[in-house]
Amino acid sequence: MSVVQIKDVTKRFGETTAVEGIDLEIEPGEFVSLIGPSGCGKSTLLRIIGDLIQPTSGTATVNGKPARQARIDRDYGIVFQDAVLYDWRTVSKNIALPLELARWDRRRRVDKVKEMLELVELSGFENHYPWQLSGGMQQRVSIARALSFDPALLLMDEPFGALDEMTRERLNMELLQIWEASSSTVVFVTHSIAEAVFLSTRVVVMSPRPGRISNVISIDLPQPRTATTREEPHFFELVTAVREALHLGHDLERAPV
Amino acid sequence: MSTTPAAVQPVPRGGLGRLVGRRVVDWLPAVVVLVGVIGLWEVLIRALDVQAFLLPKPSEIARTLWDNRHELWTAGWFTFQEALGGFLLGSGLAIIVALVLARWRLLGAALLPFAIAANAIPIIAFAPITNTWFSPLNKSSKIVIAAILCFFPVLVNTLRGLTSVNPRALELMHSYAAGQAEIFRRVRIPTALPFIFTGLKVATVLAMIGAVVGEYFGGALNALGVLILTRARVFQFDEAWAGIVVACLMGLALYIAVAALERLTLRWVPSTSE
Ligand SMILES: Nc1ncnc2c1ncn2[C@@H]1O[C@H](COP(=O)(O)OP(=O)(O)OP(=O)(O)O)[C@@H](O)[C@H]1O
Ligand SMILES: [Mg+2]
Repeated sequence: MSVVQIKDVTKRFGETTAVEGIDLEIEPGEFVSLIGPSGCGKSTLLRIIGDLIQPTSGTATVNGKPARQARIDRDYGIVFQDAVLYDWRTVSKNIALPLELARWDRRRRVDKVKEMLELVELSGFENHYPWQLSGGMQQRVSIARALSFDPALLLMDEPFGALDEMTRERLNMELLQIWEASSSTVVFVTHSIAEAVFLSTRVVVMSPRPGRISNVISIDLPQPRTATTREEPHFFELVTAVREALHLGHDLERAPV
Repeated sequence: MSTTPAAVQPVPRGGLGRLVGRRVVDWLPAVVVLVGVIGLWEVLIRALDVQAFLLPKPSEIARTLWDNRHELWTAGWFTFQEALGGFLLGSGLAIIVALVLARWRLLGAALLPFAIAANAIPIIAFAPITNTWFSPLNKSSKIVIAAILCFFPVLVNTLRGLTSVNPRALELMHSYAAGQAEIFRRVRIPTALPFIFTGLKVATVLAMIGAVVGEYFGGALNALGVLILTRARVFQFDEAWAGIVVACLMGLALYIAVAALERLTLRWVPSTSE
């Protein structure tokens, strides 16, 4: 059974068609990246999977049930493009929020928060408020929050966009380790071709507005990915393939007049 | 969302003492201005030989304040109780009504325009009416007018706060399948708190106005408004002015109490936690 099944989904916001005729199936354990020009509907697609907005037409199914039911069952964790922290909660309390809502007891919560803080290297900042953090630190808190309750499906919207290259590469590795260890499924939005290729089992390339899937490229690099993966010739071939697919989508849009 | 750059010092958890200590230094310029203005007032009245019924000298007001301190304190306390009662009643009701209106949007949409309109009405004009509803000698008549005065600004501000939540913050709560009660408790109310305090601070001033002006239209003999009115009628202007000073101090005290509560509550807001 697919984890995510999107059938002929179209979403319009008034006059704008954000995405059109999207068909996508994601199997358990896949790591799928969405890549495409700004405004092509990547965030929209992610929100449809998460049942945060409803498609204008078509259906989204998660774990074999309607997206709405999956949301109610807390089947997924989401990281938004901007961190979306609650200003009145300290770093620890922000991370603990989903655990509180899932009625974890205090001791388990404290242990888990500590573990997550170490993972995103924010130990020592537990009592800071969001305004006392840099943008990248805020984003790391929101990643820790999404991972805290071990969701089987992770929806991540440019989670590492605000980070420096070093932190980004380290968190890439951490994410891959979590993904392997927990056999979770990840849907990942990024603007970085190299990041998409490095992380994914499949890269979905989208064309400019109205967003359509213009190409799907399987990433057959060996697992597990390591620091040397980025230096392999096949890695560069795949990067080139994704880049060309992206440009093709762009040019197709521009060419006919 | 705050996107303030890195600031890595923890929030100062220094006690109230340190908070007040900082305050004293912060307030120094204002105190200097206050003393300067009072000094200038004194000097000008002496120099220009202004009649006492127009404006008494600050030194005379101060002396009257001291000489009549017992009577003034009793009157002030009586009126303060009315103001405080009205403030608590009006603000409390306003917050409850705002929660209901925010929870049931349609109701809110239907009633909010009236609340905003009512906010613009000079409600104090109803003071003679509430005096006839209750006995003018009774505290209730002043509590009611103060409560009505406090009600609308607190209602409008609370409602604005409850509905000005970042849509992403709500989406996140939806992603956790949180119910309306959880969303209110964990997102809407914390977001609204700064707005609520803004409304409450406006309300403290209105509560004192409501109580004193309500008493101008008739009240117990030992009420501050009555004292100011009767002394002014018999040309005891320094006593009237002393009463006005007491009213100002009481209003300030209420305001400062709410502002202090705000500081203690809103520790996460950069401007209130230094
Ligand atoms: N709530 C909304 N109301 C109206 N239009 C919207 C809304 N959300 C998205 N859109 C529109 O839908 C289109 C796709 O937006 P979306 O955020 O999905 O793009 P994106 O691919 O995530 O872009 P980026 O890479 O810049 O984040 C845009 O044209 C945007 O203006
Ligand atoms: Mg986006």
